[in-house]
Amino acid sequence: MNIDLSRRSFLKLTGAGVAATSLGAMGFGQAEARVAAHVRGFKLVTTTETRSTCTYCSVACGIILYSKGDLAAGETAELSHVEGDADHPTNRGTLCPKGAALRDYVKAETRLTHPRYRAPGADRFTEISWDEALDKIARAVKEDRDANLIEKNADGVTVNRLTTTGFLAASATTNETAWATWKVVRSLGIVGFDNQARV
Amino acid sequence: MTNSWTDIKNTDLVVIMGGNAAEAHPCGFKWVTEAKHHRGAKLIVVDPRFNRSASVADYYAPIRPGSDIAFLMGVIRWCIENDRVQWDYVRNYTNVSHLVREDFGWADGMFTGYDAEKRSYDQTSWEYQIGEDGFVLTDETLEHPRSVWQLLKQHVEVYTPEFVENTCGTPKDRFLKICEMIGETSAPDKAMTSMYALGWTQHSKGAQNIRGMAMLQLLLGNIGIAGGGMNALRGHSNIQGLTDVGLMSNLVPGYLAMPRETEADFTTYMSTRGNKPLRPNQMSYWQNYGKFMVSFLKALWGDKATAGNGWGYDWLPKLDIVQYDAMRMFDMMKNGKVNTYFFQGFNALLSFPNRAKMTEAFSKLKLMVVMDPLATETASFWENHGIYNDVDSASIQTEVLELPTTCFAEDEGATVNSGRWLQWHWAGATPPGEAKSDVWIMSQIYLRVKKLYEEEGGTAPEPILNLSWDYENPEEPMPSELARELNGRALETLYDPADPTKVVLEAGQQLSGFGQMRDDGSTMGACWIYAGCWTEAGNMMARRDNSDPSGMGIFQNWSFAWPANRRVLYNRASCDPDGRPWDPNRTLIEWNGEKWAGADVPDIAVTAKPREVGPFIMNPEGTGRFFSRRLMRDGPFPTHMEPFESPMANPLNPEMRGNPVARVFADDLEKMATSAEFPFVATSYRLTEHFHFWTKHNRVNSVTQPEFFVEISKELAAEKGITKGTRVRVWSARGEIWAKAVVTKRIQPLICDGKPVHIIGIPIHWGFKGAARKGFGSNTLGPFVGDANIETPEFKAYLVNIELVEGNA
Repeated sequence: MNIDLSRRSFLKLTGAGVAATSLGAMGFGQAEARVAAHVRGFKLVTTTETRSTCTYCSVACGIILYSKGDLAAGETAELSHVEGDADHPTNRGTLCPKGAALRDYVKAETRLTHPRYRAPGADRFTEISWDEALDKIARAVKEDRDANLIEKNADGVTVNRLTTTGFLAASATTNETAWATWKVVRSLGIVGFDNQARV
Repeated sequence: MTNSWTDIKNTDLVVIMGGNAAEAHPCGFKWVTEAKHHRGAKLIVVDPRFNRSASVADYYAPIRPGSDIAFLMGVIRWCIENDRVQWDYVRNYTNVSHLVREDFGWADGMFTGYDAEKRSYDQTSWEYQIGEDGFVLTDETLEHPRSVWQLLKQHVEVYTPEFVENTCGTPKDRFLKICEMIGETSAPDKAMTSMYALGWTQHSKGAQNIRGMAMLQLLLGNIGIAGGGMNALRGHSNIQGLTDVGLMSNLVPGYLAMPRETEADFTTYMSTRGNKPLRPNQMSYWQNYGKFMVSFLKALWGDKATAGNGWGYDWLPKLDIVQYDAMRMFDMMKNGKVNTYFFQGFNALLSFPNRAKMTEAFSKLKLMVVMDPLATETASFWENHGIYNDVDSASIQTEVLELPTTCFAEDEGATVNSGRWLQWHWAGATPPGEAKSDVWIMSQIYLRVKKLYEEEGGTAPEPILNLSWDYENPEEPMPSELARELNGRALETLYDPADPTKVVLEAGQQLSGFGQMRDDGSTMGACWIYAGCWTEAGNMMARRDNSDPSGMGIFQNWSFAWPANRRVLYNRASCDPDGRPWDPNRTLIEWNGEKWAGADVPDIAVTAKPREVGPFIMNPEGTGRFFSRRLMRDGPFPTHMEPFESPMANPLNPEMRGNPVARVFADDLEKMATSAEFPFVATSYRLTEHFHFWTKHNRVNSVTQPEFFVEISKELAAEKGITKGTRVRVWSARGEIWAKAVVTKRIQPLICDGKPVHIIGIPIHWGFKGAARKGFGSNTLGPFVGDANIETPEFKAYLVNIELVEGNA
């Protein structure tokens, strides 16, 4: 194998900038100049890495998110790549056909981007503001609760039970979201409350 | 899971039954491969299809959908008959010696106390004999006719290899070969692991399927040991966490119970939860229930919860029935009794059986609120998509609000894997458009409703006004704040009960474990089993030390596992009664003469002397249960029940249909068919390229599996004139679907009750939204009936018919 070629593949693997420095220290100064002239830097070098967990099944493979922009530094972060986390004890860097395509889910064309409203009898959604949507929900919840909450049963026992509003929760959200959701749902008196574990 | 994904490498035998890990959990399945290559472990697969797991198995056997209990009871019978029993384990750690009441019995597939009218058992007789000292009567010789051991032997007697072959369609020689392989793991130094998923849960007797295997594992001494256990392969990234945190009709976080209206106040609620030990010296850990419940109520209501008001017990909703599970709610909805429904990341239109009923129910709502990262079929149930969603939009009066949420890449927090590891993740992307986190949305709804009650008053405002909402930014609490609440903290200075001069924790400090919880209001903690996840040392869920000094896949410093960072549940049972490991090469913990210690966190008080305290510390007996007392609605032993729609009568009792205590709503019973009209058995399954109904939104996954299909055998195809790639119609008593036919050798007809049974496989992944071609799922056809204990729908076994149709496939 041509020595330049092998150096080039090495540089490609490690990221041109970083590699050039260490190679320079090792006496490869001239190689740096020659290679930099025609080798494109490793794309992921300029991205921010974030440790995450696959959102699909509960093998819960470790993944690394690569984004343009650093969210932690207050920047806008655009996800560009997802790969398995080689440090993770369960998956050791591997991903299945679902996990390997996680970026496509995050960036799916059918991701929702605006609150939408469908009127009775309508055949389409129209956009609505968050404020309007949330006020509508709050009003509907209060009206239903005021009208239908069973405060006491026939024996006079306080039961605070609401069966006319229900809630199905998401099994891909975090524990923290779950706890916030539990608090809100139960404070309203809702008893029709489940998550995907039911199916 | 009792164990963890990485622990599977310690096993000698993997049994995949009721799941298909190689297909649905590929990166977890690698630990099966690891065990095969490095330990010489064997893999057995029992499934209606020769699936992807079967293709790499050492041994495969087919089984008719819905007949798993017969198979498992047959294995137990064979093990007893051939003395493949881990006797030291069974005698010392299980309830085989316990005596059962004289009036308990089983005949014609039914237990004593059945009330056909109520579709329920009077469970009075399903109990131990209790002595005057309050302890269970036992007979250590196991000879007593009322001992659990003798009753178990009687109970499984009917499940001969011939019975199994006739009922399950499993060839006798294959069944016996599997019995032999399984029986070998009764040796104290051999381990078998059970890996199962929805193939066991989605039946009208799903919980009894799982109990069947748990009993077999107890018989073989495989619970609590490395490479053993009952390992549920959960389907969603945080289905474990959502259940831990109690997002189910009948649950309070940490598997505590929502109060019933018969429990009028906190004292009454606690009166049945004393959990006094049923045998001498036992821990009966639920004796601490009150500490966990009071700490929870303090987390919920804050300072408003006081001893004087029963810790705010009145403000919790009280159930009048066992639970308002989702199917019950949808039935109520269909009958016009529900006005508003929230769907947070839950595509219910494709998830629950009898889709026509779901559409009818949704159409009766006044308001549907959907929070989701993706455009779901549920949010668009009113859209006409031809045969794929044939509705008249104009006649549907439901208002719908569709709210865009963040997804995993854009949020921070913990999700819990199947092995109970709470793993923290960080946000790495900006949400698209105006998408918001679910925490923000829930906070907005709460704060706006609260404001309305403050301004206008209304019915019973106390629970809303008294809810503790003590966050730096009430509009969007931080994940760290919520996680710290889940862990819990001291509200006052806590002193050591044994030495009141010693301070355990200062007020405001995070608890280091649930052992510090008190029932006097001096601690708070939302979910006791999570205590230890965020201590004074910081966020233990974010730990990333992947070293494993024991080499046993324990990873003690990687994330945090509930409870108490324990990686293998019941690990006291990995040692003999004297505290020596059954297998010194796989030591999890051992008794060192003074205390329990080892690579894992001991699942017993560290100073509990061997031979004094049993390993099943949550049970008041301290033993594992072959006989489960009154804890399950359909019996203290698993008994074979046919699916509600079955090609054959129950051989134990031809009059019995399905699970005799499963709840069936009247109009759903009318929509259940017999094999005269619908001769074929349908079963649903998943594909490795797709995740539920999400990845059909991804172009890559939609390219790899673009189109809905059904899978049938060559024999059925020939019978119906169907060839590979042609278009077929499949219909049940509840609906119809059209699909491309995939004709394979993976499914073969089985002979049950002397007749051939054809099976049709139906994957679940298609709908009318996303990047893939439009299609259907199994739920259009499935029966609206669930497991008798927990109401999981019977998607894995029901009846359909199939025909070739003209037109493009």
